[in-house]
Amino acid sequence: MLNDITLGQYYPADSFAHRLDPRTKILLSIVYIVSIFLVKSLFGYIPVVLYLFLTIKVSTVPMGMMVRSIRPLRILLLFTFVLNLFFGTGERILFQWAFLTIRHEGLMNALHFSLRLIFLVTGTSLLTLTTAPVVLTDGLERLVSPLRVIKFPAHEMAMMMTIALRFIPTLVEEAQKIMKAQTARGADFTSGNLKQRTKAMIPLLVPLFISAFRRAGDLAMAMEARCYHGGEGRTRLHVLKFRKDDAIAGISILVLMAVIILVEQWL
Amino acid sequence: MTQEHFKLENVSFLYEEEAVPALKNVSFTIGRGEFVAVLGHNGSGKSTLAKLLNGLFLPSEGTVLVSEMDTKDPQYTWDIRQRAGMVFQNPDNQIVATVVRDDVAFGMENIGVDPKDMPARIEEALTTVGMMPFLDRAPHLLSGGQKQRVAIAGILAMQPEALVLDEATAMLDPSGRKEVFETVARLNREQGITVVWITHFMEEAVRCGRVMVIHGGEMRLDGTPKEVFSQGELLRSLRLDVPPMARLAEELISRGIDLPAGILSVEDMEREVLARCR
Repeated sequence: MLNDITLGQYYPADSFAHRLDPRTKILLSIVYIVSIFLVKSLFGYIPVVLYLFLTIKVSTVPMGMMVRSIRPLRILLLFTFVLNLFFGTGERILFQWAFLTIRHEGLMNALHFSLRLIFLVTGTSLLTLTTAPVVLTDGLERLVSPLRVIKFPAHEMAMMMTIALRFIPTLVEEAQKIMKAQTARGADFTSGNLKQRTKAMIPLLVPLFISAFRRAGDLAMAMEARCYHGGEGRTRLHVLKFRKDDAIAGISILVLMAVIILVEQWL
Repeated sequence: MTQEHFKLENVSFLYEEEAVPALKNVSFTIGRGEFVAVLGHNGSGKSTLAKLLNGLFLPSEGTVLVSEMDTKDPQYTWDIRQRAGMVFQNPDNQIVATVVRDDVAFGMENIGVDPKDMPARIEEALTTVGMMPFLDRAPHLLSGGQKQRVAIAGILAMQPEALVLDEATAMLDPSGRKEVFETVARLNREQGITVVWITHFMEEAVRCGRVMVIHGGEMRLDGTPKEVFSQGELLRSLRLDVPPMARLAEELISRGIDLPAGILSVEDMEREVLARCR
């Protein structure tokens, strides 16, 4: 059951969006976030909705998965909405009961911030839905590699992330093995109050940490044996290349930004 | 090209925190294309020896030469490691990437192979170890023997001249052990790759061309499997097993049955016994 553990929420497919260069997708997400913050009126969200709808269609990710990506946010969304709704300041009172007052500005703010949150999350989760974690790390590494000039460890960071991704399933498997072994010796991980249950985790965590350190030592040795000596002079199997599709995607996001600015100017 | 692939001269190795050296004054040469088994029980120093062969450890005393390059000379470090690939005991702890293809490429990326040449070399290496159908698999879904074969492919892609396997089969089940041993034996036979096979399984050592026995950091025996395994008494005193057929032959000889020395396999025994029945 653990064998098919997947990280993040990658949706494997072969679509236009999946084939884009990861760097393009990261930059696209950044421009998208900026565009959303440019929206001041509710009308400004119309081009955003249209753009989002189009990209979801192009990515072939099912709508259900998109909706699921907002679900963890529901409490935050509720708070944002309710707090803005009742604590708005302004003249026009729409509704009043006991100590609760809903003003026009409050309602507008509540809608505005909730929509912004929803569009931010759905838009950026398209990035992780259409890009495998390792490819994403690869793209990140190459995007931030110019920062090496100021001694930013771009390659080291990406290598650490890749190794972490590689070892998560191995360590999860090991944690389960230790858990079973400790259960067989009478350990109880499931009952008791929070304090007791936290305490019960110690016999799980200690061996897990010891083994993780041992693995790290072994891996470092194995990497050195295979001539690993940092990012210097290293070539890569996967060569990232911007293609025509990347240009099309880039232009599309700039069009979105322009439309938003125009809409905001007119209103 | 030299005929001496590995040459150790009076090598000693002392771990920093320990008083007793792990290796004491060891000297030997391994020729190009040899298939050498290194035997020894736990803590005998055989793993230390493996790491000295590609410069992961540097000798405290003496010199280690790989194709006439001194492992102590930093300018040769990467050259030596590329030429003497190493496979370790734990299959999980030597795979770096999340996909088999990327892991095989890891070593090539480190030595700066042109990305255009990589796919062909990956395919060749994986085909050699019989893992081509698993090109796009995640390594944690493979069996132990398959992981070790991927590790071997990652080294083959770097086009090495020697393979050092540090108990590469110790954590595998019998079928995985066989898989890995057969793969390595074939590489030695067909591509002339020098193999140093560190193990504590006698049945594997029997099939190598030469056997070295290390005990307490010292080289105690060095010879063909026949020479080494006919010394039953000495092996037992070094806390090593004698292969079952060699033991049977020993027992039979001690009961007055006329058998030649150096019987190691069931086939040997069968031949000798049949010859005496006629």
